[in-house]
Amino acid sequence: MIRRAILKAIAIPGHQIPFGAREMPLPYGWGTGGIQVTASILGPSDVLKVIDQGADDTTNAVSIRRFFARTAGVATTTRTAEATVIQTRHRIPERPLREDQILVFQVPMPEPLFRLEPRLAETRRLHALADYSLAQVKLYEDIAQQGESASSYNHPVLVNGRYLMSPSPIPGFDNPKLDRNPALLLFGAGREKKIYAVPPYTPVKSLDFDDHPFAPMRAPHPCALCGSTAHYLDEIVTDDRGGRMFVCSDTDACADAAAGAPR
Amino acid sequence: MSPLLEAEGLVLRFGALRALDDVRLSLWPGEVVAVVGESGSGKSSLLRALSGLVRPEAGRVLYRDAAGEALDVHALSEAARRRIARSEWGHMHQNPRDGLRMGVSAGANIGERLMAAGARHYGSIRAAAAEWMARVELDPARMDDPPRHFSGGMQQRLQIARCLVTRPRLVFMDEPTGGLDVSVQARLLDLIRALVEELGLAVLLVTHDIAAARLLAHRIVVMRQGRIVEEGLADRVLDDPQHAYTQLLVSSVLAA
Repeated sequence: MIRRAILKAIAIPGHQIPFGAREMPLPYGWGTGGIQVTASILGPSDVLKVIDQGADDTTNAVSIRRFFARTAGVATTTRTAEATVIQTRHRIPERPLREDQILVFQVPMPEPLFRLEPRLAETRRLHALADYSLAQVKLYEDIAQQGESASSYNHPVLVNGRYLMSPSPIPGFDNPKLDRNPALLLFGAGREKKIYAVPPYTPVKSLDFDDHPFAPMRAPHPCALCGSTAHYLDEIVTDDRGGRMFVCSDTDACADAAAGAPR
Repeated sequence: MSPLLEAEGLVLRFGALRALDDVRLSLWPGEVVAVVGESGSGKSSLLRALSGLVRPEAGRVLYRDAAGEALDVHALSEAARRRIARSEWGHMHQNPRDGLRMGVSAGANIGERLMAAGARHYGSIRAAAAEWMARVELDPARMDDPPRHFSGGMQQRLQIARCLVTRPRLVFMDEPTGGLDVSVQARLLDLIRALVEELGLAVLLVTHDIAAARLLAHRIVVMRQGRIVEEGLADRVLDDPQHAYTQLLVSSVLAA
């Protein structure tokens, strides 16, 4: 049933397909949607990587990886290059993905018009009519009031010129990576019971104005660990006297860069 | 020349009540028609049936679009009807809260229809919004203020700007001067009259205000209990009413 929803989602890029999300052995908001999608696509020869905000070593990433190693018996890895399935929370790995890889996103709120139109029946009608002026008005209002788009993450995208889609709360920095990505991108929202997808090489455009093009943001620092000036950075507060450091959010890419390995 | 909007045999019932009883009406390009009558006479139902908001039980509404094609408003797909409503029609409500987005700025309110029509250049959307604010006598410097900071008359003028920015051919107005004091009403009517003249708009105006009808309309349609009881040139209907109900209506206007 979940696989059927995934096939439908791939057939209609960016369109949310309802599915009967199951009871999961962990609370909503911890990745129940992503886990169901991952569970339904894993095969015996797959190699699984799980990241949480780019990191392989956080509690959530470690437990989901161990859960699948124990229940599905698949091999796991922390290396982006070795993985065939990557479940992610709110990041896209720095290393460019390949055609033989699938990226599974955990999605808290799949409806991109959620904050603009409270009635779900009405948002479905707006999607059906491809009427996204509401999202454009919101963007206009952000620029008029603050001089720039106010959404630094979860910035809505138009998929294949048709459906407006929430990219899940990835930073705007990752939005350009959605466009014509060689990997299959699957999105699972467990609480909201929706699955959607971006098939390989599908055009994905961040919502913007011609004279205010979408501008991804990145902290203007090198990584304190590997020195990278290209990776997306996390800001870490180190003491209570204003001390802070900027480090790569993608731990695998950071380790590679620190070791001097070619990307 | 053929009519812009043509309705015949419209019937709409709410239970036993006949809101529209075999109504026939046509509106010509550039013409302003006022529908007058007391509360409950069916004038708002007529407006809603003509603009496709409610489907009548019987009858047909034909709209001739910019390309000259006659479209059956109630047989159109929802997508096509919405497209026409956003590009070729305008809708002005009695209560500005129904016609405006109160949560976003005046400029965004005016720009929304442009963006719905596909405009994606922030600078030109703002320029159009500023131009239209000036045309409806609002200060363009206040385009980033929310409509709730505007007075009632200003909100109505903002509604006009929001309607007209996409250059519609037909505007439906439902009691545009309701709830405004008389001096503000006079200014608003004056503005509407000037814009209608300048843009060659066709307007279907629903009002119970006979004075507003006389000032704006070329033709007046008098409704009572869901039927059109009298119809004719504005001055003729008001100066020489034929039907007993129209005579009553005209004689009940208070002279200042």
